[in-house]
Amino acid sequence: MIWIETIVQGVLLGGLYALFAAGLSLVFGIMRLVNLAHGDLIVMGAYLILVVVSVSGLNPFFAALVAAPFMFTVGWILQRAVLNRTLGEDILPPLLVTFGLSVVIQNTLLEGFTADSQRLSMGPLETASVNVGPITMGTLPILTFGSAIVVILVLNWIFYRTAIGRAFRATSDDPVTASLMGIRPDRVFATAMGLALVVVTIAALYLGTRSNFDPYVGPARLIYAFEAVIIGGLGSLWGTLAGGIIIGVAQTLGAAINPEWQILAGHVAFLIVLLVRPRGLFPRAFD
Amino acid sequence: MTQTYTASARTRAGTLSGIAALILLVVAIVLPSFASRSLIQDLFFILTMLTLAQFWNLLAGYTGLVSVGQQAFVGFGAYMLFGATILWGVNPVAALFMSGVFALLLAIPTAFFAFRLSGAYFAIGTWVVAEVVRLCVAQWQAVGGGTGTSMPRDARDAMWGVEWIEILFDVRSSAARDILAYWLALALAAATIGGIYWFLRTRRGLALAALRDNVEAAKSTGVDATRMKWIVFLVAAFGTGIAGGLIFMQNGRISPDSAFSVTEWTAFVIFIVVIGGIGTLEGPIIGVLVFFFLQELMADFGAVYLIVLGLLGIAIMLFAPTGLWGFFAKRTGIALFPTQRRLETKR
Amino acid sequence: MALLETRGLTAHYGDFQALFGVDIHLDEGETVAIIGANGAGKTTLMRSITGVLRGEPEQIRHNGTGIGHLMPDMIMKRGIVMVPEGRRLFPSLTVEENLLIGGQHKGGRDLGDRIDSILSRFTGGPDPMEVVSGNDGTGVWTLDTVYDLFPILKERRHTPSTALSGGQQQMVAIGRALMSNPSVLLCDEISLGLAPVIIRDIYAALPRIRAGGTSVVVVEQDIGQALKVADRVYCMMEGRVTLEGRPDEISRDDVHAAYFGAPA
Repeated sequence: MIWIETIVQGVLLGGLYALFAAGLSLVFGIMRLVNLAHGDLIVMGAYLILVVVSVSGLNPFFAALVAAPFMFTVGWILQRAVLNRTLGEDILPPLLVTFGLSVVIQNTLLEGFTADSQRLSMGPLETASVNVGPITMGTLPILTFGSAIVVILVLNWIFYRTAIGRAFRATSDDPVTASLMGIRPDRVFATAMGLALVVVTIAALYLGTRSNFDPYVGPARLIYAFEAVIIGGLGSLWGTLAGGIIIGVAQTLGAAINPEWQILAGHVAFLIVLLVRPRGLFPRAFD
Repeated sequence: MTQTYTASARTRAGTLSGIAALILLVVAIVLPSFASRSLIQDLFFILTMLTLAQFWNLLAGYTGLVSVGQQAFVGFGAYMLFGATILWGVNPVAALFMSGVFALLLAIPTAFFAFRLSGAYFAIGTWVVAEVVRLCVAQWQAVGGGTGTSMPRDARDAMWGVEWIEILFDVRSSAARDILAYWLALALAAATIGGIYWFLRTRRGLALAALRDNVEAAKSTGVDATRMKWIVFLVAAFGTGIAGGLIFMQNGRISPDSAFSVTEWTAFVIFIVVIGGIGTLEGPIIGVLVFFFLQELMADFGAVYLIVLGLLGIAIMLFAPTGLWGFFAKRTGIALFPTQRRLETKR
Repeated sequence: MALLETRGLTAHYGDFQALFGVDIHLDEGETVAIIGANGAGKTTLMRSITGVLRGEPEQIRHNGTGIGHLMPDMIMKRGIVMVPEGRRLFPSLTVEENLLIGGQHKGGRDLGDRIDSILSRFTGGPDPMEVVSGNDGTGVWTLDTVYDLFPILKERRHTPSTALSGGQQQMVAIGRALMSNPSVLLCDEISLGLAPVIIRDIYAALPRIRAGGTSVVVVEQDIGQALKVADRVYCMMEGRVTLEGRPDEISRDDVHAAYFGAPA
């Protein structure tokens, strides 16, 4: 029974990792940009929510609502002013620029908030749990998992059912022809990055409420997100959720055997999947 | 009348810089006889960072392998040095070679995994491997597990050549160890630059340049891209491992967080190469000097220093992607390490 | 005043000059054909007009305004739309989505234009709000009328565009361009690679396109087809216009000379 509980916890943890990964996957899908600062942007979002909470006294959930439009704007400006200039055949500029950005964000946060670890307080919700039969599940992990599913549903709806989603797909296919149809690729990319940072804000909410964070935890979140994306197969958000679940279950199982093995077990699971299915579990038919 | 053409990579600046490099090398070798201990330590830092930068540049600038996981080889090399000295009683200087060999052995499975990921994903793939190695090493209790360990006193004192240096320069053993480490770093940096320069001028090296400039064209001339990637990745791991061993041999203390630090062994190295000029041998040299002086200037500012470094790296990548050296070379046409061959007429 | 004209248009790809002072014009309601061999500069001319290659403002004029410096999306929003060579449909979009995307950014001014309009005051560059003024993209062409023009597309509306035959793909490309109700339609090599019977079907749509208030430029290697549909013909060779005239005025020998550079 303890094993079933461990697995259920792992699945729920996978929801958190899928949230980390969804923004990364979105940006890569639309503009083939691998954003090495993605994890640090999540941490930045968590600090932003923290600031809103401490200034206004709002519950973190509402604070995230306040932070989301701000994060959208940050993403939009970042893409228009910096990242659009790096896109092209050569993979070096985007990698190095986003890597530089990662260092800049980390140290700006360090300068502004010190290295002390912080947490977004949810009051009694933090310890609340529900019993399903013999299994006890935390309310917050369930909420996280539910949010991941909602985020994926909404992103898929935007992608396949709205005009801006059409523009995303068209620009991703062929930016020159898209511009002949009145689309400005640099604006579409800016909107996509803005949207990705809204997803990042949601990820940040759960990062901050479920565990402590400090300015240095970003890179590890980037790695989990990246592993979830690769395991799932590029371009599939449901695959990314599956990838997140695999990492999550591997981590909780590893931790159940030896607490020090938690992180390692997740990485090992990733390497095994990479070994047997290099293109991920649910690769897109064409790329 | 027929003219014969020969293709030569020799240039006047190249010849002059060759002579200058020899003089510089001689000065650097005799430097410990009159330089202060802190200068020797600074130079040790510059030389080891230069070595790391040259290898990362060989990977990213010449082969297109943008690794952000080189700390795996620094850390693993360093830990193998500590392991070999502590567990097997190997002399630390001899263990440096083992640092390189073990880093190379680690590079084989790393490449096997990371080469399955293309382009940008390769970068994060190497980072994952570095994390895995760090987490595994942190479980290794014999070298201190997660908290790390110091080099045992007797191993430190037994380092080859230290006694000789003590007598030669009439210094205490701690200063003598710094001088030894400095000489080793000098030898490593010189061998790295010389070796990469030699390699780039061989047929293989020229093929590498062709590969960077145009993969399709290079394929049609029979360059085996995969093979070249493997060779470069393994060679870079070997050199990076030795550099890692040397850095922590001089340091005397090791912990998983310092040995596998992505900031120090990868971020700094990337900034050095990008600021100096990626894809050139001169770039990392300029870059490491700029990096060192920036660090001296802003050492008291802590995080602000890293912010400035990051912003500088971003600005250079956006507005002068060939770096400071590229900017300079384009205006003057000077190449200290000419690798491009030009046609010369013989009468 | 011509609807669209080029005056001494030049174009370069790096050091290579592709156009050497091209003068063409298109009047309201006209169909003009541009013929010429491969490499004559026809596609470069199209790329210049649509803003993919940008140059001097006054070298290209639309309704009397210099547009040679504008970005492709601004040109499109002014009402100059191209059916690109090779059709260039979006493979991840269905037939209907391909059509919709042609109409979704027409004329008008969206939020992006408003933001860029403010930005243009600081960065210089054309103000997108000014550029697109006077065209709201309304007219006869809607999803329904395009389906009416090419009924086969309605049957296949939810198919991925990659699953269509070449001729059907060409219909989607034309429909996609029409969805914004352009005043100028540029058709780049629309018969390339298609069977004669399909080319005939596609050209049969031309009169209805003209009746909808759109003037047309067809770029063709198929001289016979071009002469059949055009009011006027330009022949290009090596980046210059070598012949201009009405189809009934010019002889086969004239065309041959203008096309290949030597008398027959």
